[in-house]
Amino acid sequence: MTLLLLVRRSLRQHALSAVVTALTVALAVGLLMSVWMVKRQAHDTFTGQAGGWDAVLGARGSKLQLVLNAIFHLEASPGNVAWDDYLTISSNRAVAAALPLAIGDNYRGFRLVGTLTNLPAVAEFGRNQHLDVENGGRWFEDGYREAVIGSFAARKLALHLGDEFHPYHGLNFDPKNEHQEKYVVVGIAKPSNTPMDRVIWIPLAGLQNMSGHDPSTVSDVSAVLIKLRSPIVGQQLDVLYNRQGNRLTFAWPIAREVAFLFDRFGWFDRVLSLIAWLVAVVASGSILASIYNSMSARRRELAILRALGARRQTVFSAIVTEAAAVAVLGLLPGYAFYFAIVGTAAAIIRAQTGVVLDAMAWDPVLVWAPLALVGLSALAGVIPAIKAYRVDVAGGLAPES
Amino acid sequence: MALLELTDLRKSFASPDGTILTVIDIPRFQLDARQQIALFGPSGTGKTTFLHLIAGILGADAGRITVAGKPMTGVSEAHRDRARAAHIGYIFQTFNLLQGFTARENVQLGMAFGGQTDHHRADELLRRVGLGHRLDYFPRQLSTGQQQRVAVARALANHPQLVLADEPTGNLDSATSREVLQLIREACRESNAALLLVSHDAAILGSFGETESLADLNQASRATASPAP
Ligand SMILES: Nc1ncnc2c1ncn2[C@@H]1O[C@H](COP(=O)(O)OP(=O)(O)OP(=O)(O)O)[C@@H](O)[C@H]1O
Ligand SMILES: [Mg+2]
Repeated sequence: MTLLLLVRRSLRQHALSAVVTALTVALAVGLLMSVWMVKRQAHDTFTGQAGGWDAVLGARGSKLQLVLNAIFHLEASPGNVAWDDYLTISSNRAVAAALPLAIGDNYRGFRLVGTLTNLPAVAEFGRNQHLDVENGGRWFEDGYREAVIGSFAARKLALHLGDEFHPYHGLNFDPKNEHQEKYVVVGIAKPSNTPMDRVIWIPLAGLQNMSGHDPSTVSDVSAVLIKLRSPIVGQQLDVLYNRQGNRLTFAWPIAREVAFLFDRFGWFDRVLSLIAWLVAVVASGSILASIYNSMSARRRELAILRALGARRQTVFSAIVTEAAAVAVLGLLPGYAFYFAIVGTAAAIIRAQTGVVLDAMAWDPVLVWAPLALVGLSALAGVIPAIKAYRVDVAGGLAPES
Repeated sequence: MALLELTDLRKSFASPDGTILTVIDIPRFQLDARQQIALFGPSGTGKTTFLHLIAGILGADAGRITVAGKPMTGVSEAHRDRARAAHIGYIFQTFNLLQGFTARENVQLGMAFGGQTDHHRADELLRRVGLGHRLDYFPRQLSTGQQQRVAVARALANHPQLVLADEPTGNLDSATSREVLQLIREACRESNAALLLVSHDAAILGSFGETESLADLNQASRATASPAP
C-alpha cells in the first residue's frame, strides 16, 4: 500500500516525463505486437489460402507467378495452356478435380476470371466450405453473358443483382479499352475471406471469345487448378511436367510456394522486429534516464523516508515499481496502437489481396510482449534504484542539500 | 531499565584533510520513559550526529545504545531501520515534509514503515496539532509553523516511545517557536513518549524543566566546538 502511494505520488510529481515515456512504451508494445501478429497471421492465412487446391498447371515459367496469378489473382499469367493439356490432366486418374481458368480482362480494376460452372462445387475454403451466392442470386450459366461478383468486388464496385457492365481489356483498368460485350450480374458471392472475393466470375467461353482476343488462342486457358487424389501423385506429376516436359510448369504443393515467398521477405519482418525491439530499448532507456535524473532532487525525500524507518529495500522497490508502473501506464495506449496498426495493415492487405487478417485474433504475444516491456522497464529502474538504495540518510537530511 | 541507555558512545569522521575528527565521545547518558530533556550546545558540537546515532541513522564507532531494550549498536542497518520505524519519532529542523504528499499522507507515512497505517489516527493527530482544517493541503500550501506542526504529528504517528527533535524551532520566529515547542512537549506527554530535544539556542529551552549542555556530556566537544554564531 505504502509502496503504491509512493509510486503514485512520484509519478504525479513527474507527470510529464511519465506520460511521454509511457507513450514510448506504448509505441514499443504496439509495434512489437503488431509486427509479430501481422507476420504470423499473414503467413498462416496466405499459406492456407489454396482454396482446397493442391497444384496449379500453367505455362512454362515461375511456379510462384503461377500460384500468385491463379490462386491470389495477382500478377500476370506467364502464358497459356492449350485446351488439350487441360483435357489430358483432367482425365488423369490421379487427379480428383481440374478447373481451367481464363484470365485477361478486368472491370474497373477487378479481374474477370472465366471458368466452368462447377467452380462452386469444387473450390473450397476453410473446412469444406464452398463458394456460395447471396440470396436471390444464382451461379452463371454457360453460353450466357452472366457474371457472379466476389463479395469485396461487389461492395467496391457497388454492383447489384441485375446490373449490367462492359468489361475492359487487360488486367489493368484503362477506360479506352472497353469491350462491347455487356454482362449482367446474376449473383453476388458470399464472403469467403479469400482472394476469390475480389474476382468477377464469368463463363470460360465468354472470356475466351471476348472481342479483340487473338482467335488463334481462343481455346487456350491461363491455368488449371488441380486437386489430387493423393500427395504421391504430386511427385509423379512434378517429374512429368517439370523434369521430363518443357512446355508447362506444375506448381506443387501450393503452400510451399507461398512459404518460399514468405521466406524471401523474411528479412523484412526481421527488420521490423528489430525496429520494434529498438523502440522498446529506447523506451526503457528513457525511463531509466528520466528517473535517474530525478534522483538528485529526490535525495532529501529518500533520506526523510529512510529516517521515518523505510528500509533500503523499500526505497529500492519503490523506484523499481515506479519504473514498471510507467510501462504499465503505456500498456493501454499500447493496445490501442496495436489495434490501429493491425487494423490498417489488415485493411491494406484485404484491399490488395482479398485475404482477411483477424485483428481481434488471440495470440500469446498479446501477453508476453507487454510483460516483456514491463520487465525491461523494471530492469531499467534498477540503476536509479541502486542509487536510492545507497542514499546517505544523514547527508540527505542536512538542511542545505 | 531506562528507555534510552547509552554507554561509551563514540563517533568520528574523517575530515577532508585526512585527519580523524572525534565528534561524539559520551561515556554515559540515559533517558527514562516519558522523560523530557533538552540538550543545548553551539553549532558544530555534534548535536545532530548524536541524534542520528540514537536513531540508528548513523552507525556508532564504539559503545552501546539501547532504545526500549532493543540494541541500536552492533546490529545490522535493517535492524536499526526496523527499530526506528517502531519506537522512534523524529522531528527535524524544518523542510522535512515530503513535498509531493499532503499533510495527511505525510503523517500516514510516519507510521507506514513501523506497522499498520491508521488513517483515523493520522487525522486525529493533525486535529491535535490544530490542523484539522488542512488535512489535504500540500506542504507548499502551509506556513512554516504549520509545516512544523505536521512534522510533530508525523513524529508521533507510530506511537513512538522516544521522540527526537533536532532544532525543531530553528526556522520559526520566537512566538511561533514557543508555541511549537509547547505543542511538542504536550503532545509527547499525551502520547506517553519521552522527548530528547537538541538546540543551539539556550533561550528557547527555558521552558524545559531539565536542560543539559551537550558539552558537559561530550568529552569530544571541547576539541571540536566552533564558536557559537
Ligand atoms: N559526514 C561527515 N563527515 C565529516 N564530518 C562531519 C560529517 N558530519 C558531521 N561532521 C562534523 O561533525 C561535527 C558535528 O556536526 P553536527 O552536524 O552533529 O553538528 P551540530 O551540533 O548539529 O551543529 P548545528 O547546530 O550547526 O546543526 C561538525 O564539525 C561537522 O563538520
Ligand atoms: Mg545540527
